[in-house]
Amino acid sequence: MSLIHIAWRNFCHRALSSFLTTFSLALGVGLVVLVLSIYGVISEAFTRNASVGYNLVVGPKGSPLQLTLNSVFYLSQPIENLPYTEYMEFLSQDERASMVKKFGGDPKLAERNGRYAPFVSGGFAIPLALGDYFGQYRVVGTTPDFFTKLKHGPNVDEDFTFSNGRAFQTYSPEHQYFEAVLGARVAKDMKVGVGDTFNPTHGDPEGQGHAQGFHVVGVLDPTGTPNDRAAFVNLEGFYLMEGHAKPVENVDQFKPQNDDVLDQTIDAVESDEDGSEQDTSTADLQTTVDAGSSETSDESGSSEKIRLLTIPEREVTSILVRNGNMLFAPGMQNAINEGIRAQAAAPIGEINKLMSMIVGPLLTALLAITGITCAVAAVGILVSIYNSMNDRRRDIAIMRALGARRSTVTNIIVFESFQVALIGTIAGWLLAHAAMVVFSGQIEDQTGVQVGFFTTSNYEIFVLPLVLCLALIAALLPAWAAYRTDVGSNLSA
Amino acid sequence: MTQLLDIKRLKKSFTQPEGGNLLILDIPEFQIAKGEQVALIGQSGGGKTTLLHLIAGLLSLDEGSIRIDGIETNVLSEQGRDRFRAETIGYVFQTFNLLPAFSAIENVRLGMAFGSGKHQYSRAADLLTRVGLKDRFNYRPSQLSVGQQQRVAIARSLAGRPKLLLADEPTANVDPSSADSVLELIRETCREEEVSLLTVTHDMQIASRFDRIEKLDEINQVDHSSASSG
Repeated sequence: MSLIHIAWRNFCHRALSSFLTTFSLALGVGLVVLVLSIYGVISEAFTRNASVGYNLVVGPKGSPLQLTLNSVFYLSQPIENLPYTEYMEFLSQDERASMVKKFGGDPKLAERNGRYAPFVSGGFAIPLALGDYFGQYRVVGTTPDFFTKLKHGPNVDEDFTFSNGRAFQTYSPEHQYFEAVLGARVAKDMKVGVGDTFNPTHGDPEGQGHAQGFHVVGVLDPTGTPNDRAAFVNLEGFYLMEGHAKPVENVDQFKPQNDDVLDQTIDAVESDEDGSEQDTSTADLQTTVDAGSSETSDESGSSEKIRLLTIPEREVTSILVRNGNMLFAPGMQNAINEGIRAQAAAPIGEINKLMSMIVGPLLTALLAITGITCAVAAVGILVSIYNSMNDRRRDIAIMRALGARRSTVTNIIVFESFQVALIGTIAGWLLAHAAMVVFSGQIEDQTGVQVGFFTTSNYEIFVLPLVLCLALIAALLPAWAAYRTDVGSNLSA
Repeated sequence: MTQLLDIKRLKKSFTQPEGGNLLILDIPEFQIAKGEQVALIGQSGGGKTTLLHLIAGLLSLDEGSIRIDGIETNVLSEQGRDRFRAETIGYVFQTFNLLPAFSAIENVRLGMAFGSGKHQYSRAADLLTRVGLKDRFNYRPSQLSVGQQQRVAIARSLAGRPKLLLADEPTANVDPSSADSVLELIRETCREEEVSLLTVTHDMQIASRFDRIEKLDEINQVDHSSASSG
């Protein structure tokens, strides 16, 4: 008969007391494991979501964390806007010239490369325009590049895929500039899908609705990123909504001059019967021509004129940038930050700062509280075993009379404490992970992180040794009492 | 006849609460031969239990020596005495002292748990069967009658194949009708196992069953006529 068996018999003999002690420890351990798991989920969610294929976020001067939160996570309020020309600084001379030609603007913009274009060569710069809402979800004005150049997933190698429909186009004959793609959660919660239209509200979820509606042409598959919680609209359409043009005096002086391209473009549009197969380059051509006209009619021949904004009227909230060569990133970041208008933030760095400055201390506080809970539970073990010592002195004396050494009876007490610790830890771990499974759906909805029963945090491996240490400490006093038990007097009792 | 227990010039005293030492035992000489069964008669408070504790190594003596099966136990370390006790001495208590958390057979196995021998289930089952508890293996002490509990205690005391069995008033808590059978069981089992038996009792009727009867106040030179403890 082993000492563990003897300890187990003692544990079972005081079933209610043992159960209550173990249960209180299980609750304490469960809380610790839950906090660690939640921290793991939050940490993974932030880190994963900060890694979506770009390495810098460029926005107006202000808090880099706020810039990261609103541009990457669609949280918090945008700081301000940047002039569109700041976005053009990431583009080559050809692209800039094309834009000046398309939209109209200062001709000098077309005469040089963007200041940061060499840094971005081989990478990309994708503009974002924020400020509107669809229900509680952010409306994100961007370009089709968003869906083709950005990646997601644990290894940042997964393309965006559509559960239904397709990516929006810069221009489509059917919906002109007013196409939208919804994140998976937006589509589910707002109960809209391909073929539906929605009208963004201006400024906040309760704000006034824009008259201009957007046609949903695609719904993204779930990505486990904040993009599941965004409604993406074509940037050109975003600009065309009322109140989105930056007031500029004498805007006519910036209007494109090449009206002769208009006729060619209209011909091109009319020859494309399908329209849905129009690729980005066609869309660009169309935009160019539309912009060339500055005002154009829709495909159905409506007399309503659509005038794209000129470059001075355009603003972007932020720009997602991936350097062609990562070695250039720090240099470009410094160059941007030395400027007077913009700042460049590394999302992962900002998130790490957030984790270490805010979430980390919060976690420490939570862990301290739950640690105290465990310590209280350990005191419970001590009290439970120590209180039982009065009843057990005779048992100990009997075992000593049967040949048990002092160290043997001491070990039995320690084993008993370890049993409570082991069972309590396992039960607490099971409780915490069962809770994670119960709430896994909500966790995935909120954070995009999938959790299963065996999803563990790295810190959890320290829980059992820690609790066993606590149990050992808790066992010291009763074990000492057992060690000192006088055999003669207790056998005669 | 070879001596199994050989006590020489044994003295034991206890510190009194009011200070000073109270001499309890002063035994110049006492022996038990191998296989011998001895009844030691003495009044309450005469030091009978103290003598058994000294022989079992549960208490340290002040002077003298206790030699069991050729080994002087009083010079052993406490751990050595524990081990020696586990392997050489069986103990039957007046109050049975079964552990309530354990079943009958587990209590018997505890008698083998602290020695170096194997903790054989079959040995425990055999002993319980021999004491008439074949159908009570898994009963807890609280589920057994007083007589049955003492039978379990007897089986436990012999489980480790001791050479000397110490029985402290083994029938004191058993009803008179069962006392004879319990005593006979102890004696018979000791004969079968070739175990020497030292039974202390204050009951002359019990002692009369033994071939050798010793009176503690005759072998102990301390006068306990005014003593109140022991």
